[in-house]
Amino acid sequence: MPEYLTEAQFAVLEAACEALIPAVDGHPGARALGVADYIDGALGAFSVDPPRIFAGGPYSGRFGGEPGFAKFTKLSKFQELAWRTRIEGSAGIPEREINGPVVGWQQIYTDGLAALGDDFLECEPDEQLRRVQADTVLFPVIWAHCGEGAYGAPEYGGNRETLGWQAIQYPGDIQPRGFTDEEVSQP
Amino acid sequence: MTEFDCDAVIVGTGPAGATVAEVLTAAGQSVIMLEKGANHLMSLEPPFAMSGEITNDEIKFLRRYFLEPDPLLEPRTFRRTEAAGDREFTGSVNVLPTGLGGGGFHADGKLPRFREVDFHLLSEHGPIDGANIADWPLEYDELEPYYAEAERIIGVAGDSTGNPFAAWRSGEYPMAPGADMYCAVVTGAAAQRLGYNPYRAPTGANTVEYDGRPACNNCGFCAFFGCPIDAKGDPVAPLRHALHTGRCEIRCESFVSEIVLDASGKTARGVKYLDTDGVEHEVTARAVVLGAGAFETPRLLLRSDVGNRTDLVGRHLMFHLQTFAVGQMPFRLHGYKGRAVTHLMDDPIVPDALAQAAAKDAGLPYIRGGIVEHGAAGHPVMEAMYSPPGPMHSRMMLESPMRDCMAGFTMQGEDLPLLTNRIDLDPKVKDVWGFPAGRVTYSPHKHDVVASQHWAPRLEAVMKEAGAVNTFSATSPPLPGSLGESHNLTPQSRHIMGGARMGDDPDTSVFDRWQRLHDVPNVICSDSSVFPTSTGYGPTLTIVALAIRAARELAGLPPLTSVRPAGA
Repeated sequence: MPEYLTEAQFAVLEAACEALIPAVDGHPGARALGVADYIDGALGAFSVDPPRIFAGGPYSGRFGGEPGFAKFTKLSKFQELAWRTRIEGSAGIPEREINGPVVGWQQIYTDGLAALGDDFLECEPDEQLRRVQADTVLFPVIWAHCGEGAYGAPEYGGNRETLGWQAIQYPGDIQPRGFTDEEVSQP
Repeated sequence: MTEFDCDAVIVGTGPAGATVAEVLTAAGQSVIMLEKGANHLMSLEPPFAMSGEITNDEIKFLRRYFLEPDPLLEPRTFRRTEAAGDREFTGSVNVLPTGLGGGGFHADGKLPRFREVDFHLLSEHGPIDGANIADWPLEYDELEPYYAEAERIIGVAGDSTGNPFAAWRSGEYPMAPGADMYCAVVTGAAAQRLGYNPYRAPTGANTVEYDGRPACNNCGFCAFFGCPIDAKGDPVAPLRHALHTGRCEIRCESFVSEIVLDASGKTARGVKYLDTDGVEHEVTARAVVLGAGAFETPRLLLRSDVGNRTDLVGRHLMFHLQTFAVGQMPFRLHGYKGRAVTHLMDDPIVPDALAQAAAKDAGLPYIRGGIVEHGAAGHPVMEAMYSPPGPMHSRMMLESPMRDCMAGFTMQGEDLPLLTNRIDLDPKVKDVWGFPAGRVTYSPHKHDVVASQHWAPRLEAVMKEAGAVNTFSATSPPLPGSLGESHNLTPQSRHIMGGARMGDDPDTSVFDRWQRLHDVPNVICSDSSVFPTSTGYGPTLTIVALAIRAARELAGLPPLTSVRPAGA
């Protein structure tokens, strides 16, 4: 079950992300990478406490140490103000309207996914790609989130089982192991 | 007799403020440090251990403003010229981190000294039309012992033999340099074949255990990240030294709203600040030290209407004009391993015959570029943004021409000081505390543009020599009239200088040679606002060296001295 979106919205989101980052030989597509899970997790970040904004630390546990990334960081008062505004929008709340109203990600996705059309799931991938890119409000947001969901730390909900990193020969977070001097200097 | 809360209240906890705190507390003085951001860095209780919040996490540090000012809370505005209207952009502009440690521990810690000529550029090379070049009110020889002390406090690893253009030194670096990154091995060898002089970059990351902190283990999350294992010294080391004395109190999430003067208007009594509930507090002190950086310090002076008798506060703002020359190699460089940049070269700073000819052709007396950082791209979310959507995206990510196979030079080009390049207060946009946002008005001088245009193809030629199958170059800010202007107008440089230059004449400078405000001498500026010129070097080591000097003077300590070795 998606956390913020409806099942129907989630299905459209998954298809849109797959059109942006499709599977090719050797590289999983956005669906297999869990990119839509990442986005849905961001939209519902405040449904958990601490909210799913800043992963903890100092290590993930993938190269030693305790899995600290999984314990998210408590937000400061101002961080919460900024991130609730960014995700939920200013919603007429005066303290969120420092320089005027802000449209939040939740609204951008709700409107943007609906505007992709009732037939979006039946469209060919190139038509899906065309429609997503044509939406000048949705596209910059979803495209940034696709990159984060495909190649960011998996604790945020995407990059499932680090498949994104493995595909591109990238080890991800490496502490506390680090790299040896030879690994740094040799081809 | 007036009672004060402390001897000095310090605004900002980055390298500028932290250094002053170390010097003053070591001299027996008490300080209160006020930091507008939160504390993600270290415990404020002994033994002042790292917080564990600094991690190898691209989303947290590069995508979600964990350290940088969130533009929803602290927007800044930008315009190229006054004629462009009130603003052309609102959002993130030249953002150094906010939070304990300020603009310092996020960086990859390249810490070069300036050269002798940088302190008397005007006397040596004369004026350039349209720019207000000024000599510094001190020379390199006077600053040398403070450079040495700064390197010792931070723990700088370097090799004093590699750079033929380096200024003289009284001693060796505290540590030898760390492992050479493979990308720099490749591009460094090519640069040498073409007659350039790459050298191992002085870096504030430990190569051995130093000052109780471990050696760097090459994790690669250096630039724009903090160090998860406490191997970077700046400004962690001075903060910890100050805290250990018991005479340093740090108050985070405390936004200094105003410098408070006494009735005479010639002496500061302290500062007012707001906590996150908007409650106003006041700290009284014998001295007010401004270390908020060259963006926020001029903004605070303007907001307080202090020190601006000559309308020079905020003016002569400088960045570095960054020229990026990129080479796509037919092999992987693994630029994600190592200290982000391990090699520099100073050749563009010392004009050769070709650069002199280019200057002459442009009608300029000279062009000076900046240090060239031999780097590579490290992190894949950023790569993904530049790899177009659709099937091409996934194939490009597999082959990685924009990251794993990409080498990059960044030249930090000298930016001449202009009266019209400035920070002032935006007439409309506000921050979360309700104060006017800082507004940048900035266009590069012809000198900076010509230097960039001269060096970009020369640096691309080095990339070709290194084996690049494709090269291109770009600048930040985009050059006037270039395609880049439609993408991002603002300078991305985090090297912010000027805005309240120092000098001996109170009619042409804001601070004096000891970095005391001409008009209110118990207000001291310890950050790069006081730089009269930008040079082509990263500013941080010079900020720290100057801060040691200014703080020792404030504390009544004798000047440091050093001896120039024979033949140096």
